[in-house]
Amino acid sequence: MELTDLSLLELSRKLAAGEASSVEAVRASLARIGRLDGKVKAFLLLDERGAVAAAQASDARRKAGAPLGPLDGVPVALKDLFCTEGLATTAGSRVLQGFVPPFDGTAVRLLKASGLPILGKTNMDEFAMGSSTENSGFFPSRNPWDLTRSPGGSSGGSAAAVAARMAFGALGTDTGGSIRQPAALTGTVGLKPTYGRVSRYGVVAFASSLDQVGPFARTVSDVAALLGVVAGHDPCDATSSTRPVPAYLETLEQGVKGLRLGMPREYFELEGLDGEVRAAVEAACRAFEKLGASLVPISLPHTKYALATYYLVAPAEASSNLARYDGVRYGLRVPGRGLREMYAGTRDRGFGAEVKRRILLGTYALSAGYYDAYYLKAQKVRTLIKRDFEAAWGQVDAIVSPTAPTAAFRLGEKVDDPLAMYANDVFTLPCNLAGLPGMSLPCGFTRSGLPIGLQILGKHFDEATMLRVGRAFERAHDFVRAPPLGEA
Amino acid sequence: MKLSREQVRHVATLAHLALTEEEEAKVQEQLSAILEAMETLRELDTAEVEPTSHAVSEVGGWREDVVAPSLPPDKALANAPAKVGTSFAVPRILE
Amino acid sequence: MGVASFQPVIGLEVHAQLLTRSKIFCGCSTQFGAQPNAHTCPVCLGMPGVLPVLNAQVVEFAVRAGLALGCRINARSVWARKNYFYPDLPKGYQISQYDQPLCEHGSLTIDLDGAEKRVGIRRIHMEEDAGKNIHDAGGGESLVDLNRAGVPLIEIVSEPDLRSSAEAVEYLKALRDVLVYLEINDGNLEEGSFRCDANVSVMRKGSTEFGTRAELKNINSFRFVQKAIDHEIARQVELIESGGKVLQETRLWDPDRGETRSMRSKEEAHDYRYFPEPDLPPLVVPAELVERVRASLPELPRDKLVRFQVDYGLPAYDARILVTDRALANFFEAVWKRYGTNPKKLANWFTGELQRLLKEEGKTVGALRFSAEQFAGLLRLVDGGEISGNAAKEVFAEMFRTGKEPARIVADRGLGLEKDSSAVEGAVDAVLAANAAEVEKYRAGKKQVLGFLVGQVMKAMKGKGNPAQVNAVLKSKLGD
Repeated sequence: MELTDLSLLELSRKLAAGEASSVEAVRASLARIGRLDGKVKAFLLLDERGAVAAAQASDARRKAGAPLGPLDGVPVALKDLFCTEGLATTAGSRVLQGFVPPFDGTAVRLLKASGLPILGKTNMDEFAMGSSTENSGFFPSRNPWDLTRSPGGSSGGSAAAVAARMAFGALGTDTGGSIRQPAALTGTVGLKPTYGRVSRYGVVAFASSLDQVGPFARTVSDVAALLGVVAGHDPCDATSSTRPVPAYLETLEQGVKGLRLGMPREYFELEGLDGEVRAAVEAACRAFEKLGASLVPISLPHTKYALATYYLVAPAEASSNLARYDGVRYGLRVPGRGLREMYAGTRDRGFGAEVKRRILLGTYALSAGYYDAYYLKAQKVRTLIKRDFEAAWGQVDAIVSPTAPTAAFRLGEKVDDPLAMYANDVFTLPCNLAGLPGMSLPCGFTRSGLPIGLQILGKHFDEATMLRVGRAFERAHDFVRAPPLGEA
Repeated sequence: MKLSREQVRHVATLAHLALTEEEEAKVQEQLSAILEAMETLRELDTAEVEPTSHAVSEVGGWREDVVAPSLPPDKALANAPAKVGTSFAVPRILE
Repeated sequence: MGVASFQPVIGLEVHAQLLTRSKIFCGCSTQFGAQPNAHTCPVCLGMPGVLPVLNAQVVEFAVRAGLALGCRINARSVWARKNYFYPDLPKGYQISQYDQPLCEHGSLTIDLDGAEKRVGIRRIHMEEDAGKNIHDAGGGESLVDLNRAGVPLIEIVSEPDLRSSAEAVEYLKALRDVLVYLEINDGNLEEGSFRCDANVSVMRKGSTEFGTRAELKNINSFRFVQKAIDHEIARQVELIESGGKVLQETRLWDPDRGETRSMRSKEEAHDYRYFPEPDLPPLVVPAELVERVRASLPELPRDKLVRFQVDYGLPAYDARILVTDRALANFFEAVWKRYGTNPKKLANWFTGELQRLLKEEGKTVGALRFSAEQFAGLLRLVDGGEISGNAAKEVFAEMFRTGKEPARIVADRGLGLEKDSSAVEGAVDAVLAANAAEVEKYRAGKKQVLGFLVGQVMKAMKGKGNPAQVNAVLKSKLGD
């Protein structure tokens, strides 16, 4: 059994017991990355020196009996959307090529303060816009379960790294499903917390009212532990919550007896929902009943408007957030005769097609004469979607559904059809619009061996119940498996 | 809702994105299709509905009026594509 | 025909930098004069991933301004993004307030030509300043300094209630005085911490419809305010009378040419695409804060101006000078408390000698070396005939420079006047005896000879003569 076969918490326990060192764990991860990442292409940048140094410091602390952070010494990976001081950060885009931030984002700082070595930065759809990692300005990542398929997106690299056991855990971001959908497609666990639970400071912004930072790992317990390290109020983020962070691990094993789980009709009745996915998720629901939960059919009537709402709100905010990429102070600059030519040339060469599309869509939705019909209208429908959930919480404690309508699709299959690509997020989007927490965990496999994800949604700031439900399912099943990468 | 070429060009100018003829055509097609999908929102009566601009309503924290250390100029400019002294250098606007 | 048959309509937008120590959304210093980009951080540089956090003092200062200007303070107001591209705007948008500003519906009363006028204030909101874009004279480059990016501003928008450039200047001066009194702005037009844009239109007298307005920018002195507005009024009138139409545009004031020039270029029309700022929750101002600020508002310039005229019987001219500087006004009242006899006399000292010395030495009232008590003491010496008026000026100057007690200075310099009347009489007798011809002339009706005789007595007394006393004794001895 390889060190890299351990889950994040198993490694943490081994480190505590002195049965392994952090340096060994880092070197094992790096070795595996060296063997596999040529095929998987999860990483954009490796920081061997930094990771080893952090591991050495962790081992030294442990030896000296100095105070240790939770998960001290456990190597993780970061989506390249997180600003890391002294380490290049691209957001998956050529427009930020060569940008080295002079600061760490808060989540990064918290990881470092807890002693977790950072292996490197993972690949992603450019500026988090995409569901397949094919929009990366550099190259697409591959699904460790089938290298001809996408690992999902936009946090595809982080999901693939964890699935391929190249990292014990990773951080990603989720704006419309960018953690949950890749988790589902790669058979890993991914969690998007309540909006405001984790600081966004230092996370390159895509859609400010929707973006959230969240963990990837192989098990629900791992994800609960990793969430605990980064959750909490940040004075540098005015949208971060001051609510105290519960001890997620302490309530994790409480089971689902007596809990009411909602099954939203509109999700299960979706036309594009693949038969095998439906079957696996319905089986999961029956399993919950056996475990003592009750299933409640609910209706979220405005679900069918969520896609349109999201694809007006998110690009609008993005069009504004991406205005700073103008070649003036950092990143790419394409010289031109005069300022306007420089702006246009820089943004033309720097941004990929999907990013340009969304900037144009967003600019249009905000422009004079169209603001009311598009952006404002979408924000109002967003309120209706929020209200659907509020009504549901009167009847249920958590909501279960498929995470994605299909299992992993082939690379190149949807890249030329934006609307088809957007449809990957139908189940994940609504919870971002409402600011609710959501997670995905593996609940089965297709006949061809591709992972299927189960999504659990919780009430605002009730990650504890969501995690508890997920953990109960995980305990009773055996879907945490290694992809057949032909490597030990 | 079909976008005209003129509208595409206008929006591209606002966003400082230079599109080739070909790109313009493609964008026109794709955006029109997307906008058409958005038309479903018209079905909903939202006259009495407040827009949501913040997903979770928490009153934001303020900071005290205390000076914190700035970046030293060389760090502030470390990523600058062009600089003169400690200023960022950019081409002038051509009239 | 001509300007006389038109009514100008003017509204003013003032951007005032707030005197906080740190910027509005980050902790960088607002201090002026540092090397380019020495006061920047990832937030005000607009780096990827950064977020704004509001400086509490900005809210307090803005509420102060709102209350002093009679506005309603909105308990809930909203931050908005104003989107446009420019090198001095690092994020590609400015965080400002659009739909729901902090303050609304206030007013400022001004005085012009003996008449009072109430000028409406439509709104006051908070926003961040942009950096500076300096066009490098040599190359085809511009240099960008972001030290100023993020400095807090309030924007004060008046109703279009002003009807002449003179009114506009009065309004600006009065507004500036209020902000300076509140200690939230330093009122410096020339250096750009207090900026003004003017919206000018004209309409035919008797008409009820406003004309199209043009926005004037780059007005950085009160003199230019007057000139630019007058020039624009004349331009618009001429345009209309020759059959043209006034365009809604931005025009730049060119002080060298004395004219305004259109800034309209082939650039995109400014569609700012305002939307609520997602990174900042709506601003909720607790009632407790508003009440606390209200309770601590100082007496405002106009109220003090009126009070100084009423309570002290001072003419408007004197009152104005005293009131312009709040510290000066406070010092006046402190001296008055200890003097209490002749307010006009005291005012003269303030507008005369004190102002002169303050200017000469480049000092402020706050740095005076002498006290209110000492000043009052000096005046009592003059009133009591202890020293002459001229001597008093000398004593004052030394007191100003050294802070020494006035009585001490008089003694050290031997400036005390001769109080013994027999000495005066003796000197007068001597002079009269030595100047018989002049005495004759006086008695013959040439009263102006008295001045010469007084001078002779003063000379004989070596400056120790009290001029009033000498005058009186001479006159009585001359038989008047």
